Amino acid sequence: MSAVPQREPMNAAGSANALELRGVSRLFGALAALSDVTLSVRPGERRAVLGSNGAGKTTLFNCITGDFGPSSGVIRFFGEDVTAFPPQERIRRGLRRTYQISSLFAGLSVIDNVYLACRGVSRNRFSLLRPRRDDALTYAAESLVDAVHLTAVKDRLVGELAYGQQRQLEIALALSGAPRFILFDEPAAGLSPTERRDLVHILTGLPGHIGYIIIEHDMDVALRVVESVTMMHNGRIFKEGRPEEIESDSEVQELYLGGGHG
Amino acid sequence: MAVIDTRTTGERVPASEGLADWVARRGVAFWIVSTLLLVMPLLASPFWLGQIFAYSMILGLIALSLMFLAGYGGVVSLVQMTVAALAGYLVAILGDSAITQISLKWPWWAVVPVAVFIAAAFGTLSGALSVRTEGIYTIMITLAIASAFYYLTLQNYSIFNGFSGFNGIVPPVFLGIDWGGTVAFYYLCLGCAALAYGVVIYVSRAPFGLALQGTRDNPRRMAALGFDVVAHRVAAYAFASVIAGFAGVLLVWFQRQISPGTAGVGPVVDMLIIAVVGGLSRPIGPFIGALIYVLLRTFSLDVLEGLGLDGKRYQLVIGLGFLIIVLFSPNGLIGIWERLRERYRRNSDARASAMRVGGGAP
Repeated sequence: MSAVPQREPMNAAGSANALELRGVSRLFGALAALSDVTLSVRPGERRAVLGSNGAGKTTLFNCITGDFGPSSGVIRFFGEDVTAFPPQERIRRGLRRTYQISSLFAGLSVIDNVYLACRGVSRNRFSLLRPRRDDALTYAAESLVDAVHLTAVKDRLVGELAYGQQRQLEIALALSGAPRFILFDEPAAGLSPTERRDLVHILTGLPGHIGYIIIEHDMDVALRVVESVTMMHNGRIFKEGRPEEIESDSEVQELYLGGGHG
Repeated sequence: MAVIDTRTTGERVPASEGLADWVARRGVAFWIVSTLLLVMPLLASPFWLGQIFAYSMILGLIALSLMFLAGYGGVVSLVQMTVAALAGYLVAILGDSAITQISLKWPWWAVVPVAVFIAAAFGTLSGALSVRTEGIYTIMITLAIASAFYYLTLQNYSIFNGFSGFNGIVPPVFLGIDWGGTVAFYYLCLGCAALAYGVVIYVSRAPFGLALQGTRDNPRRMAALGFDVVAHRVAAYAFASVIAGFAGVLLVWFQRQISPGTAGVGPVVDMLIIAVVGGLSRPIGPFIGALIYVLLRTFSLDVLEGLGLDGKRYQLVIGLGFLIIVLFSPNGLIGIWERLRERYRRNSDARASAMRVGGGAP
């Protein structure tokens, strides 16, 4: 279990975890979508969060990004307590996420979507001046579009794109700026086998210092791109381990992989 | 807002370009309309210049500020007419009018910036109050602010001179030109309208405008990209209110008087009608809507009486026109124009390919 430093108090300064959750809970009325989740992820670590529908995976992401705050508990990002921060403050510190249902700007072109993502973490967000042709962010946006193979459609409106292309654009948005940690919410959902291969390629090809958490139902994708796995059930963390340990765990198999809805 | 499709695209063009590209990229229609507007004083009577075209451009400017918020920001604000009216009142209060016991008689070059600044500050504050709400609630809050201002002007005599308001306001004379003259005032309005139109188009492709369109399409994602959505919307109110403020100054110079009726709920809703009829998807829409509105207002009375109907029913004609346009095209007249052009293009494409297939005569 040494590969997964879990449920340990934060170490001395200088070795802060990328992400540190202590006793995070989230209530919706009487329903506890998350209860007492404690989780640490090292910088550069890549982890899958697995669990059946309603296990609290996406709620976990929403609490981490601040889309809505936790009801209780503390969230630290690279040692800094971000629990009370609005989403944009967390994003500017290097946190990124993708959405399970593509969450894009349908009325804008592909390049404008990525440009906004680059602009959001830079200065002059309120600039009334158009960027010059040699603008660094325009260049950054174009290379990101290229990285997710969308250059051919970069001037098309996002609302007109095919589903798979929208998913690729989702990832481009998350890679903009200088991400330190990314949350991928079911990036492979609805993708064709070829697109899944591309996705695995993109994820494994990310620079080593960028860690991520991935929620994914497709085990072929999830277990190939991570070094550790957290299992969730009914809003609680119920097992952590390396991919192969989780795959062979009988309890996990019963509950999640083959257990059905019994 | 589900009722009004406010989705807008700025023209998708390279980030920067030379002058020659710029000239070439404007369509034929752009140059025809520009030339017509420039030589209009040679073609049109003073009545048409002033009462129709200058008035349309002033109303178009106010509706443009609404279109900027609604089309790019997805925020339907009814407070823009009030911002314009406040600027107009300030011109009368700070400058000169027939109500000498209130007017401060400042020179025009001091009055205009102060009036626009205060009006813009008022618009920004209204925005800050309403910006955390969405759709129908934004409309309700801005409508409430607009009505409150109307009743304030109606009941306050020490500053707003109550029911009768101010008259005897005259446009200034500077550079040796009397800007109250019909032709000079026409060019003043044309200049302001063209400038505001150009600035809105320019800003729609600048980071601020793009980000505003982002908050319209998906505010939650904007926050997840590092943008402060609320601050962005408030800034949009400030930008739009500057346009409305200048339009208010022109309006009071045009009317030469201002009274609570200018800020009433009727004109406030009329602005929304103008913007929606013209089309919220492009900055030209509000000007087209304003021209239609002014034409209907001016001539429907004669037409109705010519048909033997009660001339006072002109509002009915405007209402019916509004209903028909919105029913047929949620994107206003601009939407109809775009659909016709698209159909024409498709037809000519089809003809061209039919000719290729048939190997038509050379």
